[in-house]
Amino acid sequence: MILFEEVVKRYPGEYVALAGVSFEIRHGEFVVLSGHSGAGKSTLLKMIPVIERPSSGTVRINGQDVSRLRAAAIPYLRRNLGLVLQESRLLFDRSVFDNVMLPLVITGHPPRDAARRVAAALERVGLKGRDREMPAGLSGGEQQRVAIARAIVNKPSILIADEPTAHLDRAYAREIAALFKSFNEAGVTVLVSTHDSELFAHHAPRRLVLGKGILIGDSE
Amino acid sequence: MTGWLYLHLRAMAQAIRRLATHPLGTLLSAMVVGIALSLPAAGYLLLDNVASLARGVSGTPEISLFLATEAGAAEVKAIEERLGSEAQVASYRFVSREEALRQLEQSGLGDVLGGLGSNPLPDAFVVSARGDDPGVFERLQARFREWEQVEHVQLDSAWVERLHALLGLGRSAVLLLAALLGFALVIVTFNTIRLHILTQRHEIDVSRLLGATDPFIRRPFYWFGGLQGLLGGLVALATVWLTVKALAAPVESLAVSYGAVFSLSGPDLRQGASLLAFASFLGWLGAAISVRRHLAERLR
Ligand SMILES: Nc1ncnc2c1ncn2[C@@H]1O[C@H](COP(=O)(O)OP(=O)(O)OP(=O)(O)O)[C@@H](O)[C@H]1O
Ligand SMILES: [Mg+2]
Repeated sequence: MILFEEVVKRYPGEYVALAGVSFEIRHGEFVVLSGHSGAGKSTLLKMIPVIERPSSGTVRINGQDVSRLRAAAIPYLRRNLGLVLQESRLLFDRSVFDNVMLPLVITGHPPRDAARRVAAALERVGLKGRDREMPAGLSGGEQQRVAIARAIVNKPSILIADEPTAHLDRAYAREIAALFKSFNEAGVTVLVSTHDSELFAHHAPRRLVLGKGILIGDSE
Repeated sequence: MTGWLYLHLRAMAQAIRRLATHPLGTLLSAMVVGIALSLPAAGYLLLDNVASLARGVSGTPEISLFLATEAGAAEVKAIEERLGSEAQVASYRFVSREEALRQLEQSGLGDVLGGLGSNPLPDAFVVSARGDDPGVFERLQARFREWEQVEHVQLDSAWVERLHALLGLGRSAVLLLAALLGFALVIVTFNTIRLHILTQRHEIDVSRLLGATDPFIRRPFYWFGGLQGLLGGLVALATVWLTVKALAAPVESLAVSYGAVFSLSGPDLRQGASLLAFASFLGWLGAAISVRRHLAERLR
């Protein structure tokens, strides 16, 4: 489903963030990507929605080589992915409802059905009835849940989250971890990065470990 | 199709919302655009009015040939024949010196001439030419001057021609003004949209990450530019219309005092629609250029 082949990423200034990474994630897997800060986790995840392109090597999603995807096709790729990025990236001048609604507005979803889906997504992340509130009035954990609701509202088959628990205390972080596991149990392929490898321990995920741009561990 | 319509309606609604969230800014922009546009619009209207006035008075220009006073019946006959063989001459009419004197007497100047004892007026031909090309009149006039026994040639339409030349000049000036101010308008919109893009950078980036296409992101800005132009056009139209309304009565009474019938006419439906379309187009153009320039850099 997701296939990395000898993926190298050199940032301007010749800094090598990924130095030849290969792995495959199959449909329905629950994968946790860990590694120290600066190991290249975010860089790796950004290759999938083509926020970054590899300097060499290929990234395939469902057989399609997305590393050479033309710019106009990228939005359509992203619509089939659920993305939770490191910075929560909510729109703080919009209500919780409008934030979660955004992906559906972008795809031109009929408003009535869209509203139902937003309500369902918010319920799924435990924010039922909070749709009229503004993100600034929510706790960090709740904001992250809004970002997650926004990522799943389009019912993506792949969910990618970059350190979704970064700024949360342990109790909140566990809840979020359980939430991702529940999505996976519902059939979604999940790829989550974290530098807290303990967090997902009792969900028995497949583990990928990055160290200085090289894959140094794969629990398979 | 319905999806396309939905996306456009959404973009339009978003643009209207952006205009409505800053009512003062929107109003000021509309005023700037409107006042800038009202100048060439008023100029155009003024020329239009003067042109219709000129058309009303001129009719077909005529050329008068005054013969030498010593010219006799034979010479008159010769000239009449030459006129008959000129291809550009549509018709001509002979005005004898006696007839000219009679006309003069009827106009109340008879007493003055009566004192002279003899008739000082020459025989004359009044010629009208084919078509309304001013060049033809000029050429005919020059040709007639060469003829023997023709003392003086007068083009009755000289002032009309001068007026037309002035109108042409005025039109160029209005066109230049419109181009200049139109350009300024495009720049104003360009800058407004630039600021909007800057303040919405975050929203644009997030939308892109969630799968928004370039047209999806650009569309509200196009609408915004077009609508801002339209509002400016409305202000310009209102300004011109009110000006005409205020000037109509004084102009009419001025015309009456000169013994003329003339009333200032305001912008008609076609002119109004053109102005609004032009203003919207300029706003859209400014937005399009700005969007092209400021949304060009994508995420790698
Ligand atoms: N846009 C960029 N330009 C230049 N260098 C970059 C860029 N993005 C990341 N890097 C560098 O690439 C390396 C890997 O960064 P990356 O963000 O992928 O690490 P990470 O594993 O996600 O770290 P963290 O746990 O701190 O988020 C870092 O040294 C970083 O400085
Ligand atoms: Mg990172």
